[in-house]
Amino acid sequence: MKKMTKKKIIQGIGFFALRAAMALVLAVLLLFLYDIGKKGGGALSWEFLSQAPRKGMTEGGIFPAIFGTFLVTLITAILAVPLGMGAAIYLHEYARQTRVTRLIRLSIRNLSGVPSIVYGLFGVILFVNILRFGTSILSAGLTLGLMTLPWTITASEEALKTVPDSYREGALALGATKWQSIRTNVLPYAVPGMLTGTVLGLARAAGETAPIMFTGAAFYLPYLPKSLGDQFMALPYHLYIMATQHHAIQQVRPLAYGTALVLIALILGLNMTAVVIRYRLRRKRR
Amino acid sequence: MSVETGIAKIETKDLDFYYGTSRALKRVSISCHRNRVTAIIGPSGCGKSTFIRTLNRMNDVIPGTRIEGTILLDGKDVHAPDVDVVELRRRVGMVFQKPNPFPKSIFDNTAYGLRINGMKNKKELEEVVEKSLRGAALWDEVKDRLDENAFALSGGQQQRLCIARALAVEPEVILFDEPCSAIDPIATAKVEDLIETLKTRYTVVIVTHNMQQAARVSDFTAFMMLGELVELDVTEKIFTNPASKLTEDYITGRFG
Repeated sequence: MKKMTKKKIIQGIGFFALRAAMALVLAVLLLFLYDIGKKGGGALSWEFLSQAPRKGMTEGGIFPAIFGTFLVTLITAILAVPLGMGAAIYLHEYARQTRVTRLIRLSIRNLSGVPSIVYGLFGVILFVNILRFGTSILSAGLTLGLMTLPWTITASEEALKTVPDSYREGALALGATKWQSIRTNVLPYAVPGMLTGTVLGLARAAGETAPIMFTGAAFYLPYLPKSLGDQFMALPYHLYIMATQHHAIQQVRPLAYGTALVLIALILGLNMTAVVIRYRLRRKRR
Repeated sequence: MSVETGIAKIETKDLDFYYGTSRALKRVSISCHRNRVTAIIGPSGCGKSTFIRTLNRMNDVIPGTRIEGTILLDGKDVHAPDVDVVELRRRVGMVFQKPNPFPKSIFDNTAYGLRINGMKNKKELEEVVEKSLRGAALWDEVKDRLDENAFALSGGQQQRLCIARALAVEPEVILFDEPCSAIDPIATAKVEDLIETLKTRYTVVIVTHNMQQAARVSDFTAFMMLGELVELDVTEKIFTNPASKLTEDYITGRFG
């Protein structure tokens, strides 16, 4: 009887600790969103979203930065999604599991932990200098793409792992080729997970500053990028400038908070897209 | 080893199989004949599942395995360089231990093998699907809900769906790898009846750990132990008057 109570007390303490941890995380997050919402909410208006900055970026909106971030993320996706999924399919379905594949996998995991500034510097060397793409939206997009690849590959491989082997064997036993079994019996069930991981990786890329600031992002541009060779403005970099580099920091503080709010909303939107995609595709399978 | 005279549909000669360095099959020679059910029995780990999976080269997909000896299908070596393993697996169908329907509709499951072999005509597909589901004694239970997901079926129905799926591609040999170990006794009885009727058209090989099952459904029984074939004979003889002391000990339940 006495032992029973002791066990229950220990359980109570355990649950309390777990609840407290959860509550603490949630509180910090809410406080953070509340603070940015309060300070940046005032700056939000249709004009803020649709106009270019004016008067040395002390007035006007952030449309060029929204547009630039959208475009550079698109280039990132074009590089990282097909390559990442392809590499994952090869690694998980085709490659023989040898020491070399294990080493490759380990390297990919490590690459996903490399600081983004390192990718930025690498991008300057490879895309800007060696390949002569210049400081451009192309160089920046490719740099972000490289940074996102390890995430896409890892997420896609994890998604492939969740497909039971019996689906593969069942197809092979009916006379399917390996590719047929993958295409009809593995990919349909792995794609929702692959897309989720990929979109999360893209959301991370969209919010990065370091990889783009040497490779293509501009302090201020009076025009929108018209070709892949143009420079561009981007939300995270714009925020960085407004918060630390501007000549009238105090004056533009509300604009900085407004930019932060838009950036967070954008990333939240991307993440929600991932959830919706997964939900829709899963429901279609049922 | 062969009991029946005449050319075997599928036979192995001195088959050795290795997972890495561990030897799972030792010089196994078994012949399986057309219109006969050959059962493979033996204690867990005796290599019976490994053996049956060599017959349609399913073990090819497991890394680090090696095979020696010969497997002949209609007298032709299935490892010959001009043999297409994809075509081999179409000719030698397999039903797995755990029912493994695909997460698709009942119709799409049954039509899977046809579609990957290029059949597109809807009418043709419908005909073969009905024929296969009838062949697997499942048609009456599912004919009104072919569009439902196969996971909605019971375990026994799922296993018969897997049989229907295998029948649809018109194989010549059907391999059953402990087909009833994951389903209940009533469903088991249905699958056993089914195996009985299937032998009129196919060569059937069944691995089972259930000796009564082997006695009920098979014409020939092979007893394996520790990767070796101990005895292969007419089922009745194996269960009444086995030649080997090991077989007798096993079937009388002294071990295993």
